[in-house]
Amino acid sequence: MKIITANRLTDGVVVYLTGSGWVDGIAAAAVLNAPDAIDAGLAAAARAIANREVVDVNAIDVTLDDNRRPVPIRLRERIRAYGPTVGYGEAGLPRLVA
Amino acid sequence: MYRYDEFDHEFVNARVAQFRDQVSRRLSGELSEDEFKPLRLMNGVYLQLHAYMLRVAIPYGTLNSRQMRMLGHIARKYDRGYGHFTTRQNIQFNWPKLIDIPQILEDLASVEMHAIQTSGNCIRNVTTDHFAGVARDEIADPRVYAEILRQWSSLHPEFVFLPRKFKIAITGAAHDRAAIQVHDIGLQLKRNDNGETGFAVHVGGGQGRTPMIAKLVREFLPEGDLIAYTEAILRVYNLYGRRDNKYKARIKILVHETGIDELRRDIEKEFERIRDGVLHLPKADIDAINSWFARPAYRDLPQASATLEAGRNADRHFDRWVRNNVTEHVHPGHAIVTVSLKPAGAPPGDATARQMEVLADLGERFSHDELRISHEQNVILPHVAKDDLKTVYDALAAEGLAAANAGLVTDIIACPGLDYCALANARSIPVAQRISEAFEASGREQEIGELKIKISGCINACGHHHVGHIGILGVDRKGEEFYQITIGGSADEHTSIGEIVGPGFSTDEVVGAVEKIVDTYLGLRQSPQETFLQAWRRVGQQPFKEALYG
Repeated sequence: MKIITANRLTDGVVVYLTGSGWVDGIAAAAVLNAPDAIDAGLAAAARAIANREVVDVNAIDVTLDDNRRPVPIRLRERIRAYGPTVGYGEAGLPRLVA
Repeated sequence: MYRYDEFDHEFVNARVAQFRDQVSRRLSGELSEDEFKPLRLMNGVYLQLHAYMLRVAIPYGTLNSRQMRMLGHIARKYDRGYGHFTTRQNIQFNWPKLIDIPQILEDLASVEMHAIQTSGNCIRNVTTDHFAGVARDEIADPRVYAEILRQWSSLHPEFVFLPRKFKIAITGAAHDRAAIQVHDIGLQLKRNDNGETGFAVHVGGGQGRTPMIAKLVREFLPEGDLIAYTEAILRVYNLYGRRDNKYKARIKILVHETGIDELRRDIEKEFERIRDGVLHLPKADIDAINSWFARPAYRDLPQASATLEAGRNADRHFDRWVRNNVTEHVHPGHAIVTVSLKPAGAPPGDATARQMEVLADLGERFSHDELRISHEQNVILPHVAKDDLKTVYDALAAEGLAAANAGLVTDIIACPGLDYCALANARSIPVAQRISEAFEASGREQEIGELKIKISGCINACGHHHVGHIGILGVDRKGEEFYQITIGGSADEHTSIGEIVGPGFSTDEVVGAVEKIVDTYLGLRQSPQETFLQAWRRVGQQPFKEALYG
């Protein structure tokens, strides 16, 4: 079971292939089971590369959660999907040291 | 501080215009990703896990308040309100949009900064001692020579496509604060018997998957020969360095496979051929660069400060901060302040836009408009009057920047790791956060004393784990994060590579393992004055191994 992911060319944001294009949330990603479907997805991704929509395309392994939404198997892809596991910026500051 | 001349302005502005055009051609489809990638990398633009990443050079780690303020501005306007200071004395922005990067580079150019040669197989930002120019033990200011190397190496046509990246570090004193022996070229300023200034030249150091300590290639190189000798090294490397295997392409492998004696002969031969040519540095040119780094006009102050002493007596935390984060300065009545970017639980090296702006203000008001970035991922205010330390401290404390832990167990180096980096195998930052929280909560930081923990999320070793007193390397073991611990590394004048003491630890186990190592040290040290590293070198790995593995 796979989904297809890439980074959007203009801003680098992580995106996922749906039945009708690319979205930046994994929940809507099209889950592909059959080899033909995966090949078709990769062909669509290749067209998106040629159309300068995305770069760095990969088909990644997923499972489904209780709501049948795709969850990447590899930690790397989970971090790509859900963001850094650490806080950052003002929100990530620890308590003030004083 | 060095200021751009007409040539610098011209080439940086030309490069901004060139990259703006390259981005435009990429977006129009004129350039493919394969064609564009090397061009963006030459301008410090990577594609990481979540977004593009822009690495900005901070030459030899020195910047003025206007520049620091600009970094804060970029973080706020184009990124997510923060930046990450690196072990190469650079800053990385984690979320810039490709379409914004030409404008970011234009903004940087307006304050004499750029991202050129922060990536790619070229000569990278030359790093130095973060106490340069104000350290009491200094022989000469290493930034003068780093600036000379910057001018020589920027867009040097012969060295833009080296076999692999090339890193140079310079220390101005016998005590090495710049980790020179783990660089491709490490330069240590020294004086010969005639009182002439020059360098001990080390070559072939590095970390990564094959850590090696640099070999001494020349005992004394006169300062006037710096460029000629460096060019000779680069030329020999460019000629003989391996290009067939990127993992064997660094000069350290060439040194290892060829042997330092044979390589020295090649370098010296080339050096003799070119040393009296155009690359010889006239004393007047060195003096001219030196004048840019003249010390500021300090106030005439007594060595001791009653204001400082009163503040220390009245505020226990301030007293501890002074003890750990304030270093003696070359000029009476002044001090060097290390602003720790490692409060317990924080990502090491991160600073928010607001913090950068506050640091810029403090630099302007209290440090003669100058700041430094250390390779240990902290910020330095190099010229603070002792009378002003309490005021500076209070301002830092209000922004979460007054952690009193410089050089202690919680002053951890960590790379971005798997939370950001496309190369990483495991996370670094959460491990650093948990270790710092554990030791801060234990209240034992001061008791433990000097202890450098360094964490890398992969074998590329951006977190310098090989030279950590305790080094932690994140690895991927069948899809799970594991952490390999090394002990006994060091990056000073007695550089050593840490030893693996046994099997790695899971995410849940790694903090406890570090605590066991520290407990073992506390149990066996001969006195509170015996540091962790001294104790390790005295007893070896056995007691630590027993504690960890039973």
